[in-house]
Amino acid sequence: MTNPNGRFGIHGGQYIPETLMSTVIELEEAYNHYKDDPGFKQELDALLNEYAGRPSRLYFAKKMTEDLGGAKIYLKREDLNHTGAHKINNVLGQALLAKKMGKTRLIAETGAGQHGVATATAAALMGMECVVYMGVEDMRRQALNVYRMRLLGAEVRGVETGTGTLKDAVSECMREWTTRIDDTHYCLGSVMGPHPFPTIVRDFQSVIGKEIRAQMMEKEGKLPDMLVACVGGGSNAIGTFYDFIGDESVELVGCEAAGKGIDTFETAATINTGRLGIFHGMKSYFCQDEYGQIAPVYSISAGLDYPGIGPEHAWLHDMRRARYVAVTDEQAVQAFEYLSRTEGIIPAIESSHALAYVIEQAPRMGKDKTIVVTLSGRGDKDVAAIARYRGEDIHDRDQRRVQPREGAGGIHHLRRSRPGDD
Amino acid sequence: MAFITCGDPDLETTKTIVRSMASNGVDLIELGIPFSDPTAEGPVIQGANVRALKAGTTTDRIFDMVESIRDEIGVPLVFMTYANVVFSYGTDRFLDRCVRAGIKGLILPDVPYEEKEEFAPSCERHGMCLVSMVAPTSHERIAMIARESKGFLYVVSSLGVTGTRSKITTDIGSMTKAIKEATDTPCAVGFGISTPEQAKEMSRHADGVIIGSAIVRIVAQNGKDSAGPVGEFVRSVKDAMRSL
Repeated sequence: MTNPNGRFGIHGGQYIPETLMSTVIELEEAYNHYKDDPGFKQELDALLNEYAGRPSRLYFAKKMTEDLGGAKIYLKREDLNHTGAHKINNVLGQALLAKKMGKTRLIAETGAGQHGVATATAAALMGMECVVYMGVEDMRRQALNVYRMRLLGAEVRGVETGTGTLKDAVSECMREWTTRIDDTHYCLGSVMGPHPFPTIVRDFQSVIGKEIRAQMMEKEGKLPDMLVACVGGGSNAIGTFYDFIGDESVELVGCEAAGKGIDTFETAATINTGRLGIFHGMKSYFCQDEYGQIAPVYSISAGLDYPGIGPEHAWLHDMRRARYVAVTDEQAVQAFEYLSRTEGIIPAIESSHALAYVIEQAPRMGKDKTIVVTLSGRGDKDVAAIARYRGEDIHDRDQRRVQPREGAGGIHHLRRSRPGDD
Repeated sequence: MAFITCGDPDLETTKTIVRSMASNGVDLIELGIPFSDPTAEGPVIQGANVRALKAGTTTDRIFDMVESIRDEIGVPLVFMTYANVVFSYGTDRFLDRCVRAGIKGLILPDVPYEEKEEFAPSCERHGMCLVSMVAPTSHERIAMIARESKGFLYVVSSLGVTGTRSKITTDIGSMTKAIKEATDTPCAVGFGISTPEQAKEMSRHADGVIIGSAIVRIVAQNGKDSAGPVGEFVRSVKDAMRSL
């Protein structure tokens, strides 16, 4: 699907400073060498299976299906992976590749913290140094993951520029990478950025869709009618879709974060509200103003709070092969609560955007139809934020129970915010 | 060669700074069009971008500003900005306005050799130079980039983003030697040059020196009264380079 220069239709490319060009070319050459290397594949498969716990389950959500009374709903349980999200699939691949390239240090951006946690995990496992850049606003929203990364031996650097969210963390990673190239690999967390990242990350995530195909054939003896996944940069969605792009009967639906609504400025729905642009190394769709200034976006979900979308999604949209729908904070929170109550599974708020669409669509489809929705991550990290959204402050109540200790702010904060996690 | 972020602290001040630079002997002025997310800039120019955008600076207002002073300024003016600012305005529409405003060239730090076809053909049609950049990591890419360079070649002195550095460790001499073997296009060294002494040292190896962050910092400190101090600074750099 990729042209030699990293294009997906008109999208993609390598819009980066000259300083980084030799590095991305080196990365592309290394990737092309190792991706078909039997030794590399064997090593990666062993890590994915033995360490990350693959293959992930395809779970028939019986109660949800009965309750909604339409299409059969399957959940692709990426939330059961080690570190609690699909991010580990890509990170293990990239860390192994970086190691083969002789790199000793990983840098990464993170939004919700799941990619940062996965990178810190792989770095710990492989004995590499790790620095994670995270917007200060996201550090506030996802304090638990900040401490997890530190626990895993990573340094977390707060990014105060711009809106203090995911896009600013990506910008800061790019700046850091131009400063220190020799020993450092930028472990990009989504199907975005300059070529070859959208291809590399998609390939490492495509294990999701390959497993779905085999599991559906085993359970249903046919392909699903619809695949649904949430889209920020779009890595779990492309991982879900990629193996099915050629299967015209399978409908592909990406769910963007509408925030408070696509008719407001507080939204992160790129396809629904953005237009063509060039940013973060790629040509794609971006939320921007009339002068091309990147817009400050908003979503309750830190992981979807990004003003762009991966170039392959932009192309799937242009080709009308995939549909991209917008889901609001409120719809996502309701889906978050619904799955928790109905199936006893607390989904990530990112994944809840995909669930919200399924909840709306399943009753309109026949009982002979099947939907697979990718549960990209688990929701433990979001519990405090959802409680806050519903007007309950877990933090404050717990604060009275725990005596503040001087000089241990981080640990104190962690204890307050982790009832029942892990 | 001197850089200034347009609209920091406001466009009226930018006018006075440009006049002051020109009358103090600068050879070329790079006018920065602010961008919300300038990924090649260090903290100093990032700060200027934020201040300029907050002050309501837009691409259209910058064109108006340049048109209003163009006739008084005797030195070439070029724009430096990011790909999306030009692309989103409409590349041809942007370049039409550049021609009307008397702008001679365009520097886009996020457009490497591999992507220059996005802008180069339009620039050529408008008689504008799309300035190419080489970096310390370019090595065997230097000849390829230099051969197709237009106007001047921007030699990035160091790894990393823009901003002052106490010392430049790259072997600039061997970079410019490789450039000279491939092209007659003049080359100018930028990134991290902040003192008259550094400028003098760099001008031994290159045809020109570009100073950005050091000037933007003077503006950050002096606000609307920056024209005088920037002029003095430009003069001191020019004097040091002449003494070579």
